[in-house]
Amino acid sequence: MTDALYYARRYPLGVIGALILIVFVLTAIFAGVVAPMDPLTTNARASLAPPSHIYWIGADMMGRDMLSRMIHGARISLAVALGATCIGSGLGAMLGLASGYLGGWFDLIVQRIAEIMQSLPLLVMALVITASLGPSLTNTIIAIAIPLIPNVARVIRANVLSLRELNYVEAARAIGMGRTRIALVHIFPNTLAPLIVLATAQLGSTILTEASLSFLGLGVPEPYPSWGRMLSESAAEYIHSAPWLVIFPGLAISMVVFGANLFGDALRDILDPRQGD
Amino acid sequence: MAPVLEVSGLSTVFHTRAGLVRAVQDVSFSVEAGETLAIVGESGCGKTMTALSLMRLIPSPPGEIVAGSVKVAGTDLLQLDEPAMRKMRGSQIAMIFQEPMTALNPLLTVGRQIAEMVSLHENVSRRAADARAVEMLRHVRIPAPERRAMEYPHQMSGGMRQRAMIAMALVCRPKVLIADEPTTALDVTIQAQVLDLIGDLRRELGTAVVLITHDLGVVAETADRMIVMYAGRKVEEGTTKELFAHPNHPYLQGLLASVPKFGAGEGTRLREIPGMVPALNNLPQGCAFAPRCSAAVAKCQEAIPPLETKRPGHAAACWMS
Repeated sequence: MTDALYYARRYPLGVIGALILIVFVLTAIFAGVVAPMDPLTTNARASLAPPSHIYWIGADMMGRDMLSRMIHGARISLAVALGATCIGSGLGAMLGLASGYLGGWFDLIVQRIAEIMQSLPLLVMALVITASLGPSLTNTIIAIAIPLIPNVARVIRANVLSLRELNYVEAARAIGMGRTRIALVHIFPNTLAPLIVLATAQLGSTILTEASLSFLGLGVPEPYPSWGRMLSESAAEYIHSAPWLVIFPGLAISMVVFGANLFGDALRDILDPRQGD
Repeated sequence: MAPVLEVSGLSTVFHTRAGLVRAVQDVSFSVEAGETLAIVGESGCGKTMTALSLMRLIPSPPGEIVAGSVKVAGTDLLQLDEPAMRKMRGSQIAMIFQEPMTALNPLLTVGRQIAEMVSLHENVSRRAADARAVEMLRHVRIPAPERRAMEYPHQMSGGMRQRAMIAMALVCRPKVLIADEPTTALDVTIQAQVLDLIGDLRRELGTAVVLITHDLGVVAETADRMIVMYAGRKVEEGTTKELFAHPNHPYLQGLLASVPKFGAGEGTRLREIPGMVPALNNLPQGCAFAPRCSAAVAKCQEAIPPLETKRPGHAAACWMS
């Protein structure tokens, strides 16, 4: 507890980031309680209603309350962003670790596959995956996570390659440590710093990929609200006539990304003992 | 007393694009418990490769130990499979490295890293392993070991880290300790402390020490016996006292002459050995030192001189002496 207070004083920006994330996560969890209206109920008379005391941040074309839709949308957007980032970064880190540490033919094959995947646009790959799996929340997460793997794997591999040559790895071998244990005790913890930075940077792009997928009808199916789709659906048509439809989802996405980046930076520093005293 | 470490006919090569590099050729020596043997030579003469061969840590490929045996307390390490060898490393034969700054993992406390070593080789609880780590830190004379064990490597000075490395290497009481240039990266006062420490621990624990260095001052102070290596071969061997008093091989004579002497008089030029260590993938046919040797004759170019006993407890490989 005293540790937490100490770090909080040392990394005020990290605290702000954490608070932003906590607010969004709590909103997502308690969406049913917090939202003033039902996010799916339409009202023809309120179509494109500007912000007012009833519709705090306006209503969409179908007359659905934007605030309620945003609050419920937090569930889906955060689930997709966190889920895809965790799965993608986790698998990528494991592959990168194995690839960099084992080397040889395994490394060769993994890296060639990663190159093939990287040569395809992220969205196209996600499209192919959802198209074959069918649209659903889980499939969207999977479809966004898989294209993340090669990037993470390559960064971690490069890091492992330099770590592998360090003296303490050699020293660990000289005291009789096995390969697996060296990889887990000495190499993996040292790759966490770049992994965290990479993962927080990817949070934002996953939300946007989800938006693109939903826009094309391959993301989270209608009528469930997601920030990405709310943004992309209204961006073209209503940016002039009803800008609140674009501004608020955009704001929410940037807030989450901003919060995640601040928190990630602080976390990276805290996890590095050299910054400790 | 039977030697703890017996190396015979050790040969290590590297298969490189530039050809076969003979890093270690037919090197034999033995060390008794509590004895210090120094391996001396210039950079690139095969000292470190000999050490890594003893530990079987030669990067392979391209390296390969092609011949010889390395017996620790009677067990030939070169005959063991990798899991068995892993058990030997640390518990029977341990090594400390040149660079104490990077030889410890920056993310783990020093105590944890030493304890990790204990739990690797002995079936003890984590608490017992931690206690052993503190005990060992005390042993290597680190003040306030309980507190230091909780610290990270960056919080320690170079000398302190080198002691922590020694603690890690010795915590499982290996029979043989290989110290590869253990003091090169430290400043002179710390060097003396670390060397004293290695000497004391050797006496207390009865460890056989193989000290690898290019610093003849260090050798004179700490080693009982020494071997001189040149271009991957052993060229001279004997007790330290004998070799310093009567250097036989022109190479050792040159090395000793090139050490600056206090009070040698102003304007006295330091003697040097002309030329360079030959490339190990392109060794001359005869004595590898012949191209740099002022005493060389035709015979030296033709055949490699055998190691012969020149005086009691003193052998050298030179046609001319």
